[in-house]
Order: sequence, then C-alpha cells, then structure tokens
Amino acid sequence: MTIIEGRVWKFGDDVDTDVIVPGRYLIGDVPEIARHVMEGIRPGFADLVEPGDIIVAGSNFGTGSSRDVAVKAMLAIGIRAIVAESFARIYFRNCINSGLAPVECPGASVIEEGQRVRIDLLDGKVTVVDTGVVLEAVPLPKEIASILDAGGLVGFMRREIEADHR
Amino acid sequence: MGQTVAQKIIARAAHRDTVEPDEVLWVDVDIAMIHDSGGPRRIWPMLTELGVRVLDPDRLVMVSDHYVPAQDVGAAEILQTTRAFAKEFGVTRFHEAQGIAHTLMVEKAYLRPGMLYVGGDSHTCTGGVLGCLALGMGSTDLFGVVATGRTWLRVPHTIRVEIDGALAVGVTAKDLILTIIGDHGMSGGLYRVLEFGGPAIAGMGIQERSVLTNMCAEIGAKTGIIPADDVTVSYLAERGVDVEPGPVSDQDATYAETWRYDATAVEPVIARPHRHDDVVPASEISGVPVGRAYIGACTGAKHSDLVMAAEVLRGRSVAPGVLLQVAPASRGAWEQAIGDGTAATLMEAGAHILSTGCGACPGIGSGVLGPGEVCISTTSRNARGRMGSPDSQVYLGSAYSVAAAAVAGEIVDPRMLMVVPA
Repeated sequence: MTIIEGRVWKFGDDVDTDVIVPGRYLIGDVPEIARHVMEGIRPGFADLVEPGDIIVAGSNFGTGSSRDVAVKAMLAIGIRAIVAESFARIYFRNCINSGLAPVECPGASVIEEGQRVRIDLLDGKVTVVDTGVVLEAVPLPKEIASILDAGGLVGFMRREIEADHR
Repeated sequence: MGQTVAQKIIARAAHRDTVEPDEVLWVDVDIAMIHDSGGPRRIWPMLTELGVRVLDPDRLVMVSDHYVPAQDVGAAEILQTTRAFAKEFGVTRFHEAQGIAHTLMVEKAYLRPGMLYVGGDSHTCTGGVLGCLALGMGSTDLFGVVATGRTWLRVPHTIRVEIDGALAVGVTAKDLILTIIGDHGMSGGLYRVLEFGGPAIAGMGIQERSVLTNMCAEIGAKTGIIPADDVTVSYLAERGVDVEPGPVSDQDATYAETWRYDATAVEPVIARPHRHDDVVPASEISGVPVGRAYIGACTGAKHSDLVMAAEVLRGRSVAPGVLLQVAPASRGAWEQAIGDGTAATLMEAGAHILSTGCGACPGIGSGVLGPGEVCISTTSRNARGRMGSPDSQVYLGSAYSVAAAAVAGEIVDPRMLMVVPA
C-alpha cells in the first residue's frame, strides 16, 4: 500500500472527533457508527464516499477525543488515506494503529474537492493527478511505517508474535 | 546539553541516558488507565484475536465513568463488559461510578512524579499535574500497552509556560488556560509538551493546577506537566505516599518556546460556540441569555469548583427558566462538599444534582442538550454537537462564571456577584 490514488473530499481546519463521530453514537459498533461520519458538517457523507476515496483537510485534523472509532469509521465507509496540513496527535496514532494512512502535507490546501491525488508514502509525495502539481509530504519514520505496513498495531503485533515463535 | 523533564522521563522509560526531540522510541509504560467507553469493549476483542492477555493487571487502572449510571440496555451491557474484563484479568484497581478517571488517578495518588503514564482518553494529560508524563491515546494503543507494557512515541519539544503574579479574586485557573488557548489557538501546542511553572503556579493547589494540565488537550499538546514541588509532595503525603520533589528540567534544557503570562492581569473569560479557542472577556459578552448551566467533568467539577460555585450561589437562587446541573467529578469531591456545607448551598440555590461521572460533557450521559438550547459549562470542549444536539450552543467558563450566569439568567462577569476587594 505504498501508492494510494483516489478522489478527494475536502475539509477545513480543526475537524473535531465530536464532528467526525458525535459522542451520542459511540454506544454502537463501527458499522452503525460509520453511517454518521461527518454528518454534522456534511450530511450524507457516508453515502457519498466510494471505496478508495481520500480526505484532504487543513491543520489539526482529528482534534478532540481519543475515540479511535473516528478512524475505524472512516475505513468502514471506504476512505483509504487522509492528507492534512497537520494532524491532532492522538488521531495520527489512531490512523497508524488502524491501518489508515495519515499523510502530513503542509501544502495540502491547494488540492481541491473532486480532484484525484496520488500519494507515494515511501517518497513522501502527493501528486494532484488533474494538474500534475507535486506536493511534499512528511515521510513516516520507519518505526511507524512498519506498523502501518502491517495494517495497524494488531497486525504488527501478530508479526512480532509469529517472529518470536519461529 | 540539558534535558527537559519530559525528556528525562522518556529517557528512563527507554533505558537511555538522554533522548532528543523528534526521535521515535519504544518505551516501558509505568501505569495505564482504560475506561468503559474506549476500554474493554474495544480492547478485549483485539486481545482475543491475538490470543494474548493483560500483561500486568497491577499496572492497570480501570474506571467506568462515561456510561454510569446506565441509561439504557446498551450502556448497561458496556458496564457489564467492563466488570467482566476486570474480573477475567484480575484488575483490582477498578472503580465504577466512583468518579471520573482523570480525577481519580490524581485523588487516589495512583500517579507519582516521574512516571510514564498512558491513558485511553484525550484528557489523560490531566495527570501531569503530579509531575508525571501523562499521555492520552486511543483504544488500539491501549490494547498494545495492556498486552505488552510498551508503546512507541516521538520525543516531544517542550514549551515552557511561565506564569508570574497571582490570580485575582474571582479569576481561576480555567480563565488562565482559556486565555492561553485563546492566544495560541487550538493547535498552538501541537505535538509539544507544555511545562508550567512560575510564582502563580507555586501558589496554586493541586486541584486548580490540574485544570491547566487537563486543558492541554484543547491546545493540541502531547501533554502538560507541572514538575513536582512542595505542594505536590504534601498532596501525596496526605494520601500516604512519600515522594521527593522532581524530576525537574535542567537549567540548560532547550525549550522550543517560552510563553510568559502575568496571572494578575487575567480576567474572567468565556469561550464561545463552537470553538474553545474563541475566547473573550466575560464582561464583553454579558447579556447572552442561557437556559442551561452545567458544572461537571474532569475539568470543572472537582471539590474546588463546587466551592467556587457555592461562593456565588450562597443566599441566591437560580434564575427562573434556567436549569443548573451539577455532576461532581468524584464521589470524594461530593463527600467533601457534603461535609463542608457546599452541597447544601448548591441545593438550596436550586441546583439539580446528577450522578458523578462524565455526564453530559461528551454528549453521552445525563443532562445532554436539545436543539436550540444554550448552555454555559465548566467543561472543556464546545465543538458542534459535543454535549448533545448539533443545534445546541455551549459557552465555556469557570465555575464562578457558570454559577453567576445561572443566577443572572445570562452571561455576566462573575465578579459582579462577588465581594471583590477594591
């Protein structure tokens, strides 16, 4: 999953987990929670997204609560990567741990909704397919990339356990 | 090169002499906390999937605070799962309906200076008030921590927040931290540790100090920390725990920035809907009508907050058309309020007393808001829909400001209702 290409949904700065998944839905499980993703600021978002789509946002994406269902719900509706100028730190961790690529890209604001972007996770590049513009992204440290590569922390630990048993 | 207190704690946990900012390291976790919402119901299936167990139940604290008391069968099931997890894995430090996790971790002296503490909640940073490195993470991270006792982290840069002077009468740590957040914005401390110090901090008790570390989550920081001093040592000694002051940052430690404030110049402030960094003086927005006044959460319903509210409410009544609700942050806080007459004052003024727990703050428990409701709250966040309907509005302020608004029926500068020295 080192190259990810998809259609862009654009959001602004400081998108809060209370907006991504409001607390009143936390009682449920992920498939049910996922139907309500972003409904406060983009009603019907879960139905608009097609598998493989990408979110592009401003700074401090995922600020607020530690709820990692706010990442798992994104995966459940088909989002495959989030490109943001910066991430709230817990949301960034939750992405890594759940296998959803968080791409820190300070110049992301030039990307427009509906465009297609191609993300090269290893090289740290985000290419806007429609315009050819290439943006620099912050490459993931190898320790963190290896968790993402395993599909998240559960997969990473499974690899470690299997390695111990060899 | 000197090390900050955060670097020192991480170095010890990583079995290193020193660490440098931006390094990514695996560290040993001294103590972990999980709660009913993000805890067992999310973590247990992951443990089962890998066939692993809780590594060390004695280094784990469990708290049921989000879904107590159960409001429906789904909530009751979450609480049952949490109890079953504690039993299955032998977790003895398990508290149901005894208070909010962040308040209990401090009150029960589970945290000690110099510890590396990981909690499954964004307000875990509260614990930094006792001089430990308190890191909030999500359920999957906590799964890793309870299964292995370890986690990864990026060594943070530190911002020194130096507070001179002393807070004036009617002005609180909540006003101070909201002022700081208003100045720097909700991502102003992103990935950094805020290390608080200075004369104003030295003069504050642990409960008020904890509001500063608690709301480091609202400025995007990795955590907040107040290195243990005499106040910390006495607080822990009262709870039967003997510690020395420190660890502290070296004199020649490198800070990313230093923010200086004069506490004497801080005034009562309010954060307006729907951003907690949209902060204005209470006097500037006085007259905004409120129908709900909420005193609750780890941020704003400790014993010290209840006392502040009582100071304003003594001999007064909640205005007609306003519902004042109080959800104490812990059973201990409420017992103390009963003992010193604070509870009676709140009730005589007309407050509706709710169960201890997170309550309406995360939009889960009792007292959530309906469409069009306008609330002033001692809690920490006011994103759209946080406390209930996306069409409700939440203003954030101190317990003084919330109590004053409850009496006036509108936002006021709380000093208007207090005896303030000329």
